[in-house]
Amino acid sequence: MSEDTNVRQSPLSSNEPLAWLKRQSRWSAFEWAFWLAALIPFFFFPTYLTLASQIAIAALFAISVDLILGYAGIVTLGHAMFFGIGAYVAGLLSAKLGWGEPITGLLLAGAFAGLVGFIASFPIVRVRHLALIMVTLGLGLLTYELANAMSWLTGGTDGLFGIDTWDIFGYFRFDLWGYTAYSYALAVLFLGFLLSRRVVNSSFGLALRGIRENTPRMPAIGSNYRWHLQKIYTLSAAIAGVAGALLTQTTDTAALEVLSFQRSADVVVMLILGGTGRLYGAILGAVIFLLMRDQLAGINPQYWYFWIGLLLMIVVLYMPKGILGRLTDLVRRPE
Amino acid sequence: MTSRDRSILRTEALCKNFGSLQVARDVSIDLPRGARHALIGPNGAGKTTLINLITGQIKPDSGRIELQGEDVTAIATAGRARRGLTRTFQINTLFPSLTPIEAVTLAVCEREGVAGQFWRSLASHREAIDESYEILRQLGLADAATRATRTLPYGQQRLLEIALALATRPKVLLLDEPAAGVPRDESAMLFSVVEALPEDISVLFIEHDMSIVFRFASRIIVLVSGSVLLEDTPDVVRSDPRVREVYLGNAHHG
Repeated sequence: MSEDTNVRQSPLSSNEPLAWLKRQSRWSAFEWAFWLAALIPFFFFPTYLTLASQIAIAALFAISVDLILGYAGIVTLGHAMFFGIGAYVAGLLSAKLGWGEPITGLLLAGAFAGLVGFIASFPIVRVRHLALIMVTLGLGLLTYELANAMSWLTGGTDGLFGIDTWDIFGYFRFDLWGYTAYSYALAVLFLGFLLSRRVVNSSFGLALRGIRENTPRMPAIGSNYRWHLQKIYTLSAAIAGVAGALLTQTTDTAALEVLSFQRSADVVVMLILGGTGRLYGAILGAVIFLLMRDQLAGINPQYWYFWIGLLLMIVVLYMPKGILGRLTDLVRRPE
Repeated sequence: MTSRDRSILRTEALCKNFGSLQVARDVSIDLPRGARHALIGPNGAGKTTLINLITGQIKPDSGRIELQGEDVTAIATAGRARRGLTRTFQINTLFPSLTPIEAVTLAVCEREGVAGQFWRSLASHREAIDESYEILRQLGLADAATRATRTLPYGQQRLLEIALALATRPKVLLLDEPAAGVPRDESAMLFSVVEALPEDISVLFIEHDMSIVFRFASRIIVLVSGSVLLEDTPDVVRSDPRVREVYLGNAHHG
């Protein structure tokens, strides 16, 4: 059928698949609309700015988990360990060393959490399935108790006193209303998102999806996939650390809770609600989770987890791709 | 010396036991450059095990494997694949939610050592994408390039198995029943793809359909109970009484 001459004559053109691949990573109108919508609290809900910055921080944390869980298939129940390490690095810099400059604080927190993440990645990439979940859980609990035992450094359950975050760029003071806090958290979230978006749309991101889809096949195509996993785990830990540092800097507090299992579990719940492997699912999940908590806790402060649990079951049973995945399907169907 | 120069893949006295079951006994084979060899044998003869041993999915108890004169026995699967020793799988082992263009581009990027670059967009790897598309086109998968693998017809998934292997630029290609599960008339077409592979790729394939084996193989290795019974040309193998007995067993036709 395809004679040599035939092959030579037909122009070698991968334009079509290339265009398709480009389309996969193009900015859509929805994305622009989404980020514009993130500015709404400034104008219409100024009393909710504190909540909005909590959401931005949780969203960044959820994105860090999405990178490993949603893209590379590493299920984790201990990621608060990196969030908490970042939170404490930023807190200790200010409380013990008197360095409250926020930007360098963020970077140092991210770098340190990333370093710990890199070390932790060695056992992490050697186990799979249930053992993997248990290793992440174990590392998380270990870190929590370590911080608890070192209360002379961490302040234990009382938290760290004396954190004072300086003005951003020496100019923007953290105000009581949270204008600065939300601007700061939103800006960092956006940068973290851009970085993550770059990563998932690269050949490296493709390799991660390959690992998620079929790990045993990866060596057969010559892939040193464990090294890929170590890289993404390190990056994820660093981003989680930045998110933790943001929390410390915007609230001037850091307590043991930042390392808690609850936080590790909540972030996975957010991700499942929103939808894994799509970055925006992480953000949407954080928005839904924290808005629900805010509203439901207002009605009854004790039982709000009941509704989260109910929603989680509905999503898992009827929306396997999460709420965002369901919405995407609804939008695409008419085409 | 000449036989060693001509040889691209050699195994020397490979042995492997699963408990008390000997699945490979002193298997020594020698694949020359440009080979089109078939590996046949009754069910349970250890054909897939031999491929697993050669590509490193399982470790031999003893013996060694040489690729182009280099001892690769201690090298992991990925390292062997990067050296040009590649396989396909009897059961589709694909990336269900990736499209063929993504999957093959991934394999090309891994081969070129650029898969870990997280700062460059995938679309900027233009040469890798061009090459992947060319491989897909050669295998008649161009139209399916941007459809999710899981939605492809079974026959196209079998071809994608081969496409993924070709993307590693193999020197030795081990095909584990490439036409498994494919209707008979289509399997000949699948093997014509194998036949059209460039001369510099040496091929060893497992296949049960004897008409295909005799048509496409220049030499045949007969494996029985984990050891090599015979290795010769199709004509000799066809007329060998031992092969008729053990391979065709009591189900010999006519």
